[in-house]
This record gives sequence, C-alpha cells and structure tokens, in this order.
Amino acid sequence: MIQAIAFYLFAIVVLVSAAMTISSRNPVHSVLWLILAFFNAAGLMVLVGAEFIAMLLVIVYVGAVAVLFLFVVMMLDIDFTELRAGFVRYFWIGFALALALVSEIIIAVKAWSVGGIDIANRVAPVNPDVPNIQAIGHLLYTRYLFVFEGAGLVLLVAMIGAIVLTMRHRPDARKQRIHAQVSRRAKDAIRKVDAPVGQGVEL
Amino acid sequence: MIAFFQSWGMSYDWAWFIATIIGILVIALPVMLAVAMIIYADRKIWAAMALRRGPNVVGPLGLLQSFADGLKVFLQETIVPTSANKGLFLLAPIITFTVALIVWAVIPFQAGVVLSNINVGLLYVLAASSLGVYGIILAGWASNSKYPFYSAIRAAAQMVSYEVSIGFVLISVVLWAGSFNMTHIVEMQTNVWNFRWLPVNGFAFNPLLFPMAVVFFISSLAETQRAPFDLTEAESELVAGYQTEYSSMAFALYWLGEYANVILMCALNAILFWGGYLPPFDWGWMYHVPGIIWLLAKMCFFFFVFSWVKATVPRYRYDQLMRLGWKIFLPLSLLFVFLVSGYLMLTRYGVAA
Repeated sequence: MIQAIAFYLFAIVVLVSAAMTISSRNPVHSVLWLILAFFNAAGLMVLVGAEFIAMLLVIVYVGAVAVLFLFVVMMLDIDFTELRAGFVRYFWIGFALALALVSEIIIAVKAWSVGGIDIANRVAPVNPDVPNIQAIGHLLYTRYLFVFEGAGLVLLVAMIGAIVLTMRHRPDARKQRIHAQVSRRAKDAIRKVDAPVGQGVEL
Repeated sequence: MIAFFQSWGMSYDWAWFIATIIGILVIALPVMLAVAMIIYADRKIWAAMALRRGPNVVGPLGLLQSFADGLKVFLQETIVPTSANKGLFLLAPIITFTVALIVWAVIPFQAGVVLSNINVGLLYVLAASSLGVYGIILAGWASNSKYPFYSAIRAAAQMVSYEVSIGFVLISVVLWAGSFNMTHIVEMQTNVWNFRWLPVNGFAFNPLLFPMAVVFFISSLAETQRAPFDLTEAESELVAGYQTEYSSMAFALYWLGEYANVILMCALNAILFWGGYLPPFDWGWMYHVPGIIWLLAKMCFFFFVFSWVKATVPRYRYDQLMRLGWKIFLPLSLLFVFLVSGYLMLTRYGVAA
C-alpha cells in the first residue's frame, strides 16, 4: 500500500509541478518547479526499481543542469509583458504540439494494451539479483561498447567546441604565477642602501 | 523492529513505516544534539588556538552555551524583508537543513546498523550533496539584496566545481571497493595491505588512494564552505553572505544545517578512507569495542582537523579557489582514477567486480 501511496504522491507532484513550470509568472519559479518535477520523476524511477537512473537523474539534472538554468534565469533581466506578448501568436503551435502529444499517448496506451514487443527482454534478460548498476555497466562495456565510446567522443568534441568558442586570449590580463611567488626570496625584493644624509636614494 | 510492530497486529506496511520513522528519529535527534555540542567544541578549539578561554559561562565549562544561543535565537522575531520573495525566502533554510539530514540515511554506524542499506548508497550521497546548493542559491536570490546574491553565486560556483573532483575521488574508491554500497565499502577496507603483522584497516593506507583521501578532505572543506574556503561568508566583502537578511529560526536553521553538513563530511571521510566503523588495526581484541565508538572517534578527529584548519589557515582568494578546484584537483583526481583502474585491470583482470 505504501508503494501505491508513494506512486500517487510522486505522480501527482510531477504533474502539478510540470503544469506550474509552464504557467508560473516568474521564470525563477518556473525553474524551481522544473527541479521539483525532476526530483519526483527520480522518485518514480526508484519505485520501478531503476535506482541507478534515479540517482543519475538527481545528480546530473537537479545537481548540475538545473543549477545552470537557475543561474542563467536569475541573471536575466526579463521583461514579463514582452514575454507574454507572443502568447496568441504561438498559441496554435503550442496547441498543435499538445495535440500531437495527446494522440501519441493514446496510441501508446492502445499499443501497450495489445501486448509488448519485448525488445528489452531479447537484448538483456533482466536478472533480478544483479544490481542495475552492474547490469547497465555490463551492457555498456560489452554489447554497446562502440556506441558508448562514440557517445563519449561526441561529448568530448562538444566540450572542446564550447571551450574554443568561449576562450579569448587576453594578452593584457595579468595572471598569477604561483612558482614565481613561491620562489621569490628576500634578495629579489629588498635592497639595502646606506643613504647619505641630505641626498636620498637613487631608485 | 518491524516484527515487533507486526506482533501488535499491524500490517507489514504500517509496521515498516513506523519502524522507519523511529529509525529516522533515532539518527536525527542525536545528530541535532551533536550539532549543538560540536558548535561548542568548535568555539573551544579556536579559543584554545588563539590562547583564549572560549565559552565558559553558561553551565559547567560553558557546555550549555549552544543551547543558550539556540534559545536566544528562537525567541527573536523572524524578520522577512518586504521586498523579499517570501515563500522562497522561508523555504531556503528548510531545504539546507533537510538536505543536511537526509544523507544520514545511508551512513553505516556499525556492521548492519544503517537506516537504508541501498546498493547505490554513495550515489545517494552525491545526489543529496548536489541538492545542498539550492538552499544557498535560493536564499541569495529570494533575499533580493546584493550581498546575499553575490554570496549565492560564489557558493553555487564553488560547490559545483568541487563536486566534480569529489565525484572522481568517489569513483576511485568505488572502483577499489567494487560497490556503491557504503557497508560494503567499509567491509572492503579490512587489512588493506594483506600483511599479517600490521593489518591496517582503511583505504587511506593504500598508496594509490591516499592522495585521494587528501583531495577528498580538502574538497569536503570547500563543499561545506568552511575556512579556508568560506568565501560565501567573507565578512570583509559580503557582510554575512547569503544569510545576511535572515534572523531568528531561519538563521539558526542555516547554522544547524551547516554544522550537520560538517559532521556528515567528517563521517564520510572516516567511512570512505579510514575504515568507518572498523578499528584501525585488524586485531581481534579491537573488535570488542563497538564499531560506532571507532566511527565517532574518527569523526571527532576529523572535526578537530576541520577546526584546526579554520583556526590557522588564511582565507583563499576566489580565483585561487577556482584554480585549486579545476586546475589541480580535477586533473589529479582524473589521473588517479586512471591509475587505480589500470592497477585493478592489471591485478584483478577477469575477476567479477
């Protein structure tokens, strides 16, 4: 019974917070509702036994991606009236998207009630004793090794691209040189001078 | 305990529910008490290092100082700035406080004594610690004030950068232990040298993991925003940081959460690298002392080091902090993930992890 209560709790919160994400007036609130939705989606993942995916969802999306979202949105100076202005213009596109999603859900439910096609079982028979980190790791590093490495390469290229795009060379910028600071000795900085009275010191 | 409640005629679900709630209280209440005592200990240690007496008026040796402070704060008025975003302003300290407590669910206090022995324990720790940043960002933004906002941005950047190296450190531990389960990680630390005359317990005695233990300790200082990385509360630049606009209980919740996080990081240091509830040497007679005593002793030691660092090390500059995180710790921990996995491939190749 607790499972059922937990499921309905998570599911309801996901739906409500998703609705609030698109309807709240303040963009920062939107991002926060989105985070709540991610979090409860992770709860749903735990309920279906995919604890590894759930934890990754929290670490990656809630812990990193959403923080960046929040950063960007907090920094923006958003004019709400301008933001609302396009509502009528975009209404039909949004409506069409919603219609497409609803019809997909209906088709999916119909297809599901006919019976699954068991793709997952054919590729990876699920052994309930194996923790799903090990199961995923085993598949990723054997059967899907090249796809996995390819995805890694794509990410690497994206990362290098981002760095190349944002890096500027600033010749005038003064950087800290730690080794110079550490290896500095008193004789490099101090000069002892026996200054005659009335003449001062040559600099 | 579940069986005990079932004998009262409850269904399994409710018995489990009530047993879990009791388990949570049994952990959370001592943690709160420990926070009060550890604030006192912190002040005493700083005082000793500065040749002062520290709190010594309230109660014997000043032991009740934290409770007096708590009572004072509790009786003050809660002030919410008029231009603050009220809901988020009040939510932020609650998030900080809650996040500081939820990680305790997977901390093993003794063999088998853990609230939730899940097999993704370490990932849960990472997930929960990545939530900690929200309490601070929200406080900074909702206060609608410049200094808290600067502080929130600093805190967020700092926590995100150090979580990266913490993640790699944890990966090298997980590679060695072969599991994400915290109890299993502790059990794998018995006699790491496989050496009969000096059977030491703890991954930190492993030469490949010792540098990671140091990196983890320093990163945990940064993650909890303790000195020398307490730039979010740099009073010479940012008033009191993200908690500038807070008063009364909301302010107290930040302190409680902060120190609960500090204790938690001490516990994680002890568990991941110094053998957790295992005694320091794998000698039979040492196991007569309950495991929780060893764990608490190790946590107290690490807390002393935390205070020691706070009392002696000057604050970092922000660019130095970022340099340390991204240019030193990240490559170093990546290198050690590489070395550890290489070594394991060499020695345990073909054996099921």
